[in-house]
Amino acid sequence: MSAVQEQPASPPTPHPRGAVAVAVQQVSRVFGGRGGDVVALQDVDLTVAAGEFVSLIGPSGCGKSTLLRLVADLDEPTAGTVRVFGRSAREARLARDYGIAFQQAGLLPWRTVRANVELPLALAGTGRAGRRERADELLALVGLADVADRHPDQLSGGMQQRVAIARALAESPSLLLMDEPFGALDEMTREHLQAQLLRICAETRAAVVFVTHSIPEAVFLSDRVVVMSARPGRVRQVVPVTLDRSGATTPGSEPHDDAGDDLRNDAAFFTSVAAVRDALHGGGAAGRGVDVR
Amino acid sequence: MSTTAAPPAPAPLLRAHVPAPRRVTPARLARVRPLVAALSVLAVAALWETYKWLGPEQGWSLGGTRLLPRTTDLAMPHTWHMVARLFEPVSGATGADVLWLAVLRAGASSFGVALVGWTIGVLVGALLAVAMQRVTLVERAVLPLVVLSQTVPLIALAPLVRSWGARLEVGALEWQPWMSVAVIASYLAFFPVAVGMLRGLQAPDTIHVELMRAYGAGWGATLVRLRLPAAVPHLLPALRLAAANAVVGTVVAEVATGLPGGLGRMILEFANFAASDPPKPWAPIFGAVLLGLVAAGLVALLGRALRRFRRVEVAP
Repeated sequence: MSAVQEQPASPPTPHPRGAVAVAVQQVSRVFGGRGGDVVALQDVDLTVAAGEFVSLIGPSGCGKSTLLRLVADLDEPTAGTVRVFGRSAREARLARDYGIAFQQAGLLPWRTVRANVELPLALAGTGRAGRRERADELLALVGLADVADRHPDQLSGGMQQRVAIARALAESPSLLLMDEPFGALDEMTREHLQAQLLRICAETRAAVVFVTHSIPEAVFLSDRVVVMSARPGRVRQVVPVTLDRSGATTPGSEPHDDAGDDLRNDAAFFTSVAAVRDALHGGGAAGRGVDVR
Repeated sequence: MSTTAAPPAPAPLLRAHVPAPRRVTPARLARVRPLVAALSVLAVAALWETYKWLGPEQGWSLGGTRLLPRTTDLAMPHTWHMVARLFEPVSGATGADVLWLAVLRAGASSFGVALVGWTIGVLVGALLAVAMQRVTLVERAVLPLVVLSQTVPLIALAPLVRSWGARLEVGALEWQPWMSVAVIASYLAFFPVAVGMLRGLQAPDTIHVELMRAYGAGWGATLVRLRLPAAVPHLLPALRLAAANAVVGTVVAEVATGLPGGLGRMILEFANFAASDPPKPWAPIFGAVLLGLVAAGLVALLGRALRRFRRVEVAP
């Protein structure tokens, strides 16, 4: 363990890994189209430390999903480099360094819930017994142990999304990439899953890159909120969030939503929400990458 | 959007306890189906007899073109005569088989050939589809040829296949005439499979393809875990079409190549009795219908075995 950790974000326990999870340097992505080129991302820099929770937020078309897809190696940058745990994004993908979840659960309909969670493990060559044990463990983690043998069409949207999150965690990745995973859910389910995600992250100590368009969601979950602007997509400002999440992330006790509610009513929460909103609506105090539009 | 019904409780949302919307249950369908099938057969028979009874004896022509068929016993034998004929001997020769048994034998012979043709057709069609999915260039090059192949008339093809086959001799294997028929049947059967399966292999959503990519799965793993299972709903109708095509192909090719023993040849032979024994030519036609039903039934059984792949995802 090196002496890198001086982050005020999580005072009680320092991150176990000193490594940098994601390093994005001077990345641009231009989509060639019929009506001329569209610059989705321009000169974006972003570093995510191991164990850190970073949200990307911005208006639609600001390239936040594109940035996530570049990290996941589902797309390639036009310029610049993306490194994940010190390797290229492609190597990291092939080494299964990250888990990923999208706005749609994307469960395979012909597989049971358990078999869906087992899929990444099966592709990695884990044995049958090991797969089953791990899948049951993960389903217990997201509170779905009792529906393991059902099929996705028998679950509600919120439950499907939890299965997708369990699947993303299957190989205990040190990095989670999430593209608006709660975007299609109703508010109650959403807050519940946010609290669960916080707890899971505290337990697994994974770094998270989280794309969202909800300011409270970004503030509630993140150590840092990266505010982006559109056309061309750029990082406008990075807002650090300092909330004491120890209540919400204590593993063990059953419903964490109360602790989450306390957090949401905290004065620091509102301050951070205001800071992110300021940054989104033009200007912001520490004008970085000032946008003229 | 569609989650408005979700309960506001933060506890696990166990909508799964609610039973699925009521449909006609499979058990009920299984009870009703044979009845419906029997009724529809009777209805066709009734229609036949009604026209025979009411229609003009010599049919009805307009400017030399016959628009309504004749209703004489020669042209339209009574349905009960057709059925009764099945239980009489094939011919007046001593020791001749009863007609229905001869038809069943011929049907079994044709079925065997059709099954071989269907299997070859499905394999070839599936391989073509996989190749077309794998390489876009192959799709562009081969798909038009696949479509074009079906425009070649079967009658033109049959003698060609037969003469090519006759020249083939691989080791101890000598080309049998029935193999030509099977090849022609497979020629008709592969087409729906190639087209349907290609659509099926291309069916997975982007999100599923990207998930497989994110798991570091290669093309082979993606094919086995995602594309093939996702292709099943498209494949089943294709297999049913292929079965029907294989049966038609077999019967027609038996006629065209003159292969003895099957229904095709029997239809040809019995046609000679149209004047002397009008119900007789109908027997092999019933046999062909039965053959088609058996083929469709077998594919339906296959569909039952694969039914877990026919589940559809419900978007949240």
